[in-house]
Amino acid sequence: MSSVLYDTPGPRAKRRNVVFSVVFFVLLALLVWWMWQKMDEKNQLTSALWKPFTESEAWTTYLLPGLANTLKAAALSMVIALPLGAVFGIARLSDHRWVRGLAGTVVEFFRSIPVLLLMLFANEFYARSTDVTSDDRPFYAVVTGLVLYNASVLAEVVRAGILSLPKGQTEAAYAIGLRKGQTMSSILLPQAVTAMLPAIVSQLVVIVKDTALGGVMIGFTELLNSRGTLAANYANVVPSFIVVAAMFIVLNFILTSFASWLERRLRRSKRSTGAVLGVDKVDDLNAAEVGGGFGSGASA
Amino acid sequence: MFDFLEGYDVLGAFWMTVKLTALSAVGSLIWGTLLAGMRVSPVPLMRGFGTAYVNIVRNIPLTVIILFSSLGLADIFGMTLGAHDFKVQGFRLAVLGLIAYTAAFVCEAIRSGINTVPMGQAEAARAIGLSFSQTLTLIVLPQAFRSVIGPLANVLIALTKNTTVAAAIGVAEAAYLMKTMIENEAQTLLIGAVFAFGFVVLTLPTGLILGWLSKRLAVKR
Repeated sequence: MSSVLYDTPGPRAKRRNVVFSVVFFVLLALLVWWMWQKMDEKNQLTSALWKPFTESEAWTTYLLPGLANTLKAAALSMVIALPLGAVFGIARLSDHRWVRGLAGTVVEFFRSIPVLLLMLFANEFYARSTDVTSDDRPFYAVVTGLVLYNASVLAEVVRAGILSLPKGQTEAAYAIGLRKGQTMSSILLPQAVTAMLPAIVSQLVVIVKDTALGGVMIGFTELLNSRGTLAANYANVVPSFIVVAAMFIVLNFILTSFASWLERRLRRSKRSTGAVLGVDKVDDLNAAEVGGGFGSGASA
Repeated sequence: MFDFLEGYDVLGAFWMTVKLTALSAVGSLIWGTLLAGMRVSPVPLMRGFGTAYVNIVRNIPLTVIILFSSLGLADIFGMTLGAHDFKVQGFRLAVLGLIAYTAAFVCEAIRSGINTVPMGQAEAARAIGLSFSQTLTLIVLPQAFRSVIGPLANVLIALTKNTTVAAAIGVAEAAYLMKTMIENEAQTLLIGAVFAFGFVVLTLPTGLILGWLSKRLAVKR
C-alpha cells in the first residue's frame, strides 16, 4: 500500500506503524475507559436508562413525532426555497444591471446572517403582526428562517449550475432563434437542475441540521426538543443524546451517500454535457463568500 | 430613533461573538490540521479514526453538540474546564463544542488542499530521503495551506455565524441579546436590522481580506 505521501512500508516503517497504532489505540482506549467510568459513576449506564429505547412508547411518544416534525420542516423549507432560489439565481445572471444588483444584494444579505437570527426574528414577527396561533408559530418561524437562508444559498447553487454549462448550449439556442427567456427555460435550466441535483440533495443535510436550532431556541418540537422531554421523563441524559445523535447521523449519512451516488451517476452518464455540481460545493456556498468566486464556472 | 439600544450592551454581545469566533478558530485550526494529518497518515487506525470522526461530527447538528457539551459533558462527566463561574463555564463549553464541530470542516478543507499538491512534489521529497512527517510538514502542508485559504475563509465565516448557537446554552453573545431585546422592546424590525448589520460587518471584511489573500498567496502552477 503506497500513496503520494509515503512509500509501501519496509520492515522499519512497519514496526514504527505498529508502535504508532498501539500508542494511538491505548490513548483511545483510555478516553473510552474514562468516559465509561464517569457514566457509570453518574448511573448513566444502568440498563434501566436504555430500556425505554427498546420499548415502543419512547419512540411513538417522543422520538418519531420529533423526527416527523424535523423532516416536515426540512422538506417544506426545501420545497419553498428551491423555486425562490431559482428565481434569485436567474435574476443574478440577468442582463439588466439593476436586477442583478438587487438580487445580488438580497442573496448576499441573507447569506451573511445566521439562520438563528432569522428564526428569532420571524418568531417575534409572527407573534406581533400576524394571527398565527402560538402552537403553530415555532413551525412557521423555523420554516421562514430556513427558507430565507437556504433560498439564498440555493440561488448561488442555481447560478453556479447555469454557469457550469458549456457556452455552446446558449450559443446553439440563440443560433436556432430562441429568445433569452426560452433559452433559459427550455435549454439552460433543465440541464442546470440535473447538474445541481447532488448539491441540492446535500443542502438538505444542512437544512435538517438547522431545524435543531428551532428546537432549542423557539420551542419547535423537533427531534432535539423531543429528546429533552424524553430525558426529563426517564432521566437518561447521555443515552438520549446518543440515540438522537445516532438518528441524525443515520438520516444525514443516507442523504450524503445518496448525493454522492447521484453525483457519480451523473458524471458517468453519456447524455449530459458533463457539467455536474459536486456535493462539496455546498459547503463553500453555505458561508457567505463575499466577492463571489463563481465567475469561472464551477464544474469541479 | 435608536434609543431602544440604551440599557443593552450590544457591543459587549458582539465582542463575545468575536471572542467565541477567535478562540474556536484557533482551536479548530489546530485540531482540524491534526485530524487531516491523521486522515492521510500511513497508520490505518489513525486514518480510520479521522474518517470516522469527520463523518460522524459533520452529520450531527451543531446545536446537539453544544447542548451536549452543557448537559452531558458538564453535568454528567463533570467537565467544568477549570471554570468556577457558570457563565465562564458556558463560554468554555461553547468554544469546545464549536472546535469539535468546526475541526471536521477544517480537516476536509486541508485534505482537499493536500490533494491539490502535485504528486511530483511529494515524490521529490521522498526521493531526497525525507520521512513522512518531514514530507508533510515541510513540503506538502505549506503548499496545501496556501491553496486552502479560500475554503478556510468560508469555514471561518460559517463559524462566525455558528457562534450564535452558543445562545442555546446561555452564552451572552449577539443572538442571545437579540432574543432578549426583541422580546422586551417594540422595535422588532430595527433590532433585527441592528444585529443583521453587526453580522454583515463581521463577515464582510473576513471574506474580502481572506479572498484577497488567497489570490495573492496561491501557489502559481
